[in-house]
Amino acid sequence: MSENPQTDRTQQVRIMPAFSRMLRLQAPSRADIIALLLLAGLAAMAVRGAEGVAQPLSHLRLSPVTIDPANLPGYALRTTLRMFAALLASLLFTLTYATLAAKSRWAEQILIPALDILQSVPILGFLTFTVTFFMNLFPGQILGVECAAVFAIFTSQAWNMAFSFYQSLRTIPEDLAEVSQGFGLSPVRRFLRLELPFATPSLVWNAMMSMSGGWFFVVAAEAITVGNTTVTLPGIGSYLALAIEQRNFHAVGWAVGAMGVVILAYDQLVFRPVVAWADRFRCEQTASADQPQSWAYDVFRRTALFEWVFRVFELPAMLLLLFDRGLQRKAPVAAKPNRLLELVWQVAVSAGVLWAVWAIYDYVHRTLTLADGITAMGYACVTLLRVLVLIALASVIWVPIGVWIGLRPAWAEKLQPIAQFLAAFPANVLFPVFVIVILRWHLNVEIWLSPLMILGTQWYILFNVIAGASAIPNDLREAAGMFGVKGWLWWRQVVIPAIFPYYVTGALTASGGSWNASIVAEMVSWGHDKLTATGLGSYIAQATIAGDYPRVALGIAVMSIFVVTLNRTLWRPLYAYGERRMRLS
Amino acid sequence: MATQNAALIRTPLLEVEHLRHFYGRSTKGTPVIDDVNMTLCENEIVGLLGRSGSGKSTLLRSIAGLITPDEGQVRFHRDAASKAPDIAMVFQTFALFPWLTVLENVELGLEARKVPREVSRERAIAAIDLIGLDGFENAYPKELSGGMRQRVGLARAIVVDPTLLLLDEPFSALDVLTAETLRTDLLDLWFEGRMPIKAMLIVTHNIEEAVLMCDRILVFSANPGRVAAEIKVDLPQPRDRLDPAFRALVDEIYARMTARPIATQPARDGIFPGMGIAMTLPRVSTNSLAGLIEEVDGTPFNGEASLSDLAETADLEVDELLPIAESLQLLRFAELRGADFVLTPAGRQYAGADVDARKAQFAQALLGHVPLAGHIRRILDERANKEAPARRFRDELEDHMSEEYADETLRTVTLWGRYAEIFAYDEDSDRFSLEDPQ
Repeated sequence: MSENPQTDRTQQVRIMPAFSRMLRLQAPSRADIIALLLLAGLAAMAVRGAEGVAQPLSHLRLSPVTIDPANLPGYALRTTLRMFAALLASLLFTLTYATLAAKSRWAEQILIPALDILQSVPILGFLTFTVTFFMNLFPGQILGVECAAVFAIFTSQAWNMAFSFYQSLRTIPEDLAEVSQGFGLSPVRRFLRLELPFATPSLVWNAMMSMSGGWFFVVAAEAITVGNTTVTLPGIGSYLALAIEQRNFHAVGWAVGAMGVVILAYDQLVFRPVVAWADRFRCEQTASADQPQSWAYDVFRRTALFEWVFRVFELPAMLLLLFDRGLQRKAPVAAKPNRLLELVWQVAVSAGVLWAVWAIYDYVHRTLTLADGITAMGYACVTLLRVLVLIALASVIWVPIGVWIGLRPAWAEKLQPIAQFLAAFPANVLFPVFVIVILRWHLNVEIWLSPLMILGTQWYILFNVIAGASAIPNDLREAAGMFGVKGWLWWRQVVIPAIFPYYVTGALTASGGSWNASIVAEMVSWGHDKLTATGLGSYIAQATIAGDYPRVALGIAVMSIFVVTLNRTLWRPLYAYGERRMRLS
Repeated sequence: MATQNAALIRTPLLEVEHLRHFYGRSTKGTPVIDDVNMTLCENEIVGLLGRSGSGKSTLLRSIAGLITPDEGQVRFHRDAASKAPDIAMVFQTFALFPWLTVLENVELGLEARKVPREVSRERAIAAIDLIGLDGFENAYPKELSGGMRQRVGLARAIVVDPTLLLLDEPFSALDVLTAETLRTDLLDLWFEGRMPIKAMLIVTHNIEEAVLMCDRILVFSANPGRVAAEIKVDLPQPRDRLDPAFRALVDEIYARMTARPIATQPARDGIFPGMGIAMTLPRVSTNSLAGLIEEVDGTPFNGEASLSDLAETADLEVDELLPIAESLQLLRFAELRGADFVLTPAGRQYAGADVDARKAQFAQALLGHVPLAGHIRRILDERANKEAPARRFRDELEDHMSEEYADETLRTVTLWGRYAEIFAYDEDSDRFSLEDPQ
């Protein structure tokens, strides 16, 4: 044969190594032992962490969160488990919601716009309602509060995962879809063999970004005051809240340290292995030069255990296959739209919307006046100003730095993970430091509380700009160098157009995150000292503490409207422009 | 030659009757394929030849059951005993699942049929061996070269024991040498009867490939897609490209493909479908036009070349070459005489001219012979601000042709008009104008 394989590796491939590997009887390798210990440790931790959930609520009062650093590993574990519980919930939600939206044209009409709105709703404002709801669902049980916390994280993770999955399902390569159809793959098999694998890389990436964002909310959701009741779940967030209440600076340091360790472990043991694993599902026909690397993944892959872990993940797939209806050999007949049904559906949707508007109006009308609405709008404008100024400032700082890093591959390789780590680090853990500084120097609260909003979200700008700058083709840079394109001209004609789509993605994420963060950033405390800046965030936070549900609802609604409007009028057009004119392809 | 065919009993396997299909959901406008009829018999390889957009792939997908045609039907002849006919397809893009190994890819079709695991593994390995891929069972597609990937595609298709094998431009994504090897290997398997396949239907735009492989070739015309000609290939296998009879047949097919649509379509102006401004224009760059003129003007052609020679020298596929040649004919720079391409005096003058003279000559030809270009120019001249939105012309074109064709036609006329400097176009505002972009 005239063709040669592209890699030498393939020539060593034996038939079915999977079988031979399972049958071989040899001493377990070092990798086996490492992997076994890691897995056993994780299992033991999960069991211990979950023990606390099934207790009655009074247990929280009997053994309250203490400031002793020795308890911190336990708290960190509980916090981490909450994160993963929420991730699992988000995954289940994504697989059902997005699949439904992609498969049914009717469901799509409601589900996708709903997702778009949900993405923009400030999650932290919701805590008031969800805590009350879940505590009523499991009265007197810790489980109820745990559910509320998990739900808060879920709401920060699920939407963009669902969006990414939906997008993937809509962009299945035509030829692969035809093969599946030609062979008569049943819907279940099609899902398992084509749709799920195809969507995996972007789903994994979005899940990881969601996880990063989620740490912020788990910290905020563990210690929550609603009206007269304060609930504290054992975790890093509540430990931090206690440290702030007691003005214990050392304890704040411990919390920051613990958070750092947790995020580092999560990054090394979960994030990177999973990204490295998901690379195999990338739909490209050539092996890419820089595959994501992970030592943990390499360890696991070299072990026999890997196969058994996979069995566990295959189980749900096997269950699904039980419902397999077998061969489906039929061309889809282009469904002729049924006018009457279509009309009925439209009427039903419209009626639902009208009913919802009336219900909201009725609820708000009883307690609030038009003046309240105008007040909230006014506050929203103040917060809007903050968000825009901060994004501008962060851009001025991070775009040049990001470009500098991105153009130096050696640096980019080292610093990109750090930027991602910083984005995952919950900035609210650092808030007390700022408060102390403001109190110490008697700084203007209105100005100096503002940076807290962008403390955690500015990194999205940085790592997107790094990614954009490293994607600038070498020939373009060489051409610019040869023609002596320098200074402002170089920025205007070479760099800014090249990084623009990436920058907009980062800025959009940062802006959305900042709105959300304003709820915890515009009102912070240190012991009895309470610092409050004017804005919609502090408006919602104060209403939450007062248990003033209508004003919380109003605040959330106004904030959602502002976020949606900002996205529609600023970020989306910018993004579309960048995609159209500046995408290097 | 006729005796050879008479010896075989021609059992029809498949009949396509009055097939008609439209773009998208609409059943208005020009159909992609219009009133296509064909019969496929056992033991034959049939080629579908035509330029892009002639609906070959639509026909193939209708037969494969991947799309349901708007009108007409596809009927399979089969013995009462046998079950539903099995059809498998090989794709131009290979269409392998990147996350499955070679073995798993080949097993996919069997898995869907719920063949027991051991049986399916055995059959898959046999198919992989047959196609010459043994040793690569556990490789992932991205580790393989293009030719080996298409072998996986072939193995995956034949493992399900199809009665009919459909091939959609199976070798066009491969380099010339690899394509040749694979083609020969496939023909060997076919003639040695080592595959259970009863017939093969192959879509191609490579005339030589069609003549090399097929017993019968159906030539398609474009917009709407129709069977323009049926050509029997009675040359004995294995066929030799240098055989004069082979060359003659290739030339004959070139001539058929460039022939003006005959009596079925009266009142047509020129080779492109549609009249006046409704004429669809293929996407051909002015560089290709100039390039072909220069190629034919120089040695060894000296103003006259056969299309098959030209395709070889310029390394162009027929569906790349024909649009260029026909555009030049439309502009009266050249003439197509049967399978020959002849430059007109205007064409030879163009070849010898400098840049500015070329542009002037091109502008004159464009305004004189492409009604749409003249139309746009006239509208712009009439307007006070010498501007007009492109939307206006696109809408006008869509009254006569599908959205895709309208888009392509407008793009082409924009490209040619810009080169000839008879009007300007601004992408941001999507407007034509007369202003000089200086």
